[in-house]
Amino acid sequence: MTQILIKNGHRIDPVNKLNSVGPIYISGGKIVSVTSEPAGFTPDTMIDAQNKIVCPGFIDLSTRLREPGQSRKATFKSETEAAASAGITTLCLQPDTSPVIDTPAVAELIKELAKKADYPQIYPIAALTRQLEGTELSSMLTLKQAGCIAVGNANHPVRNLLILRRAMEYAVSHDLLFMFRPNDYWLGNNGCAHEGAFATRYGLPSIPEAAETIALAQCLELVELTGCRVHFGQLSCRRSVIKIYQAKKYGLQVSADVAIHQLHLTENNMIPFDSNYHVLPPLRTEEDKQYMRQGLASGTINSICSDHQPHDIDAKLGAFPETEPGMSSLETLLPLMLKLVAEGVITMEQGIASLTANPARVLRIDSGALTVGFNADVCVFDPELEWQVNAENWKSRGVNTPFWGQTFKGRVTHTLQAGKLIHSLESGNH
Amino acid sequence: MKDNLQLNSEGKLKHFLSIEGLPKELLTEILDVAESFVGMTDQQIKKVPLLRGKTIVNLFFENSTRTRTTFELAAKRLSADVLSMSIATSSTSKGESLLDTIRNLEAMFVDMFVVRHAISGAAHFIAQQTAPHISVINAGDGQHAHPTQAMLDMFTIRQIKKEFSNLRVAIIGDILHSRVARSQIQALNTLGVPEVRVIAPKTLLPAHVESLGVSVSHDLNAGLKDVDVVIMLRLQKERMTSALLPSESEYFKCFGLTEEKLKIAKPDAIVMHPGPINRGVEIESKVADGPQSVILKQVSNGIAIRMAIMAMAMQKQGVM
Repeated sequence: MTQILIKNGHRIDPVNKLNSVGPIYISGGKIVSVTSEPAGFTPDTMIDAQNKIVCPGFIDLSTRLREPGQSRKATFKSETEAAASAGITTLCLQPDTSPVIDTPAVAELIKELAKKADYPQIYPIAALTRQLEGTELSSMLTLKQAGCIAVGNANHPVRNLLILRRAMEYAVSHDLLFMFRPNDYWLGNNGCAHEGAFATRYGLPSIPEAAETIALAQCLELVELTGCRVHFGQLSCRRSVIKIYQAKKYGLQVSADVAIHQLHLTENNMIPFDSNYHVLPPLRTEEDKQYMRQGLASGTINSICSDHQPHDIDAKLGAFPETEPGMSSLETLLPLMLKLVAEGVITMEQGIASLTANPARVLRIDSGALTVGFNADVCVFDPELEWQVNAENWKSRGVNTPFWGQTFKGRVTHTLQAGKLIHSLESGNH
Repeated sequence: MKDNLQLNSEGKLKHFLSIEGLPKELLTEILDVAESFVGMTDQQIKKVPLLRGKTIVNLFFENSTRTRTTFELAAKRLSADVLSMSIATSSTSKGESLLDTIRNLEAMFVDMFVVRHAISGAAHFIAQQTAPHISVINAGDGQHAHPTQAMLDMFTIRQIKKEFSNLRVAIIGDILHSRVARSQIQALNTLGVPEVRVIAPKTLLPAHVESLGVSVSHDLNAGLKDVDVVIMLRLQKERMTSALLPSESEYFKCFGLTEEKLKIAKPDAIVMHPGPINRGVEIESKVADGPQSVILKQVSNGIAIRMAIMAMAMQKQGVM
């Protein structure tokens, strides 16, 4: 049985209220102690984490790895390497792959691809409706049994509220979590930018906040009607935060996340017609950003996701409205979270919880903590280490990030997934 | 805006993509250079050799008669070789094919592209991607900009009103979808017009339109009061089928320019329209063909303005 000792690290684990320098003992893929050395422990590997932070591995609630179906954009191999180098040990995969994750065969194929990439902790999100077409229910139970962790309809609309209601009721019957990015398709009107001063100036088809908030409000009503457990993903605006706050206060079982870039970028940061800023939901206003930040700090928004969407160069090469939306964002997740800490928006504990314990709670998985008996999913990072986003350091196949060329503070040095070292900065990666 | 893309290191015009980011002095220079070409167009021999030996390609991904023709004439009067291409396109056509088209033409040693495209940002994209010696002129991109139209409008206004600093200008109609309006507003503001009004129903105004530097009215009668320049915009028929307006007749009733309504404006107000006109929808014939209309003057001025812009964008190649 492989035994690993991580020593001298500053351990931060919000679940176990751990915030001190000390060891982590790992044996057989599990955490066996964070206090005294277990009897007969003889480490095969020793990681000196002096001046580094040791925390649970990150759990990303929304990613796209582009396989199956779009391996020209990215592969499990390229993207799981990127994830490992970013300290991420668990990934949830959106169902809009090709083919869609609406049959057990596709779910199993994903598990297979994950295993082949030596990165087994990938959870597919099953399509809520067949082919994501929004009209017929998917075989949710079968998909759950095939390893899907939740259901969702990615960016595709559900045709009407009756179908949404029935899908949510059916999900409740099988105790399935519904991961929902609220967006009213019709109000969205094929837009590509926030309906505000920027879109007006540059004549871009635009998306109002109401496209998000109306879909969110409708879904909240259906939560009340159906009792479905819903996680709202990739929220982007002020009124969404207020609605989630009110719903939670009212006692509804809901949770929410925000994509990391929405906490840093607004329409004001957009370089006109630079397709790297083309994301959905669109980058909104400074006020929206501040509310999202406050929502995170107060716990209304409990998780941060990467909303990773790697693209090939051609997908981003064109006039802005014609390019494909999305950012390659696994590798900037930690440094951008640390930036929030540095700017005093959240504490380090909150930041780590939003990437570990909180998403684990949303998914109801035994992860996101350094609890004895849990899989040893551990991230070791140097909060002071500076690095530049450039070809030498970047692992994702998608280079579609507006942060290209920027220098960040905070870099992952070691990542362990179920006790296996899947990333080590020193071991010559760079 | 990183519209330095439009200027070379000496601050001279390289591409002409949008009014934004261009200083007042440069806009004035364009108007002055155009002035010098106006007289020329009345002469027997309507040509100058400024762009002799240069190759200009008009790339029209969207239909146009007036703009394409005036660009063609302008190029010919500058003695350039002109090739006009109408490229059928659909909303699903991707940047790759656009880029491939550009690459292929580049390989034929072209000096300038004049581009019209249905997608906002297309001209910027081409300017960013094309070889450094090639100039790109935006002849209209999506709902973003139509800067040569705006400049010919400014030219026409200056011809008649002499000054910009004492004018009230009203722009009436479909501001939301209008690249012309966006460029006009920027040009009017840059040239120092103290008051620009937009008049339209809320369905035809973009969000935060006041951020463009205009005041807003939904009432034509109120909006026309004391204005010196009335700019009417074309109303596309599809606005009725997409629930933006109930009917042409109701639109005409509220926002159509009639002789009677024009009386609310200053007595010497001029009426402009970028064309093509929908008679009886946004403007009645009596006004369009009336004494205050300068609509055909705009068309003639289009040639001089486009000559000026094309010649100036070629300065870096030793022209002018």
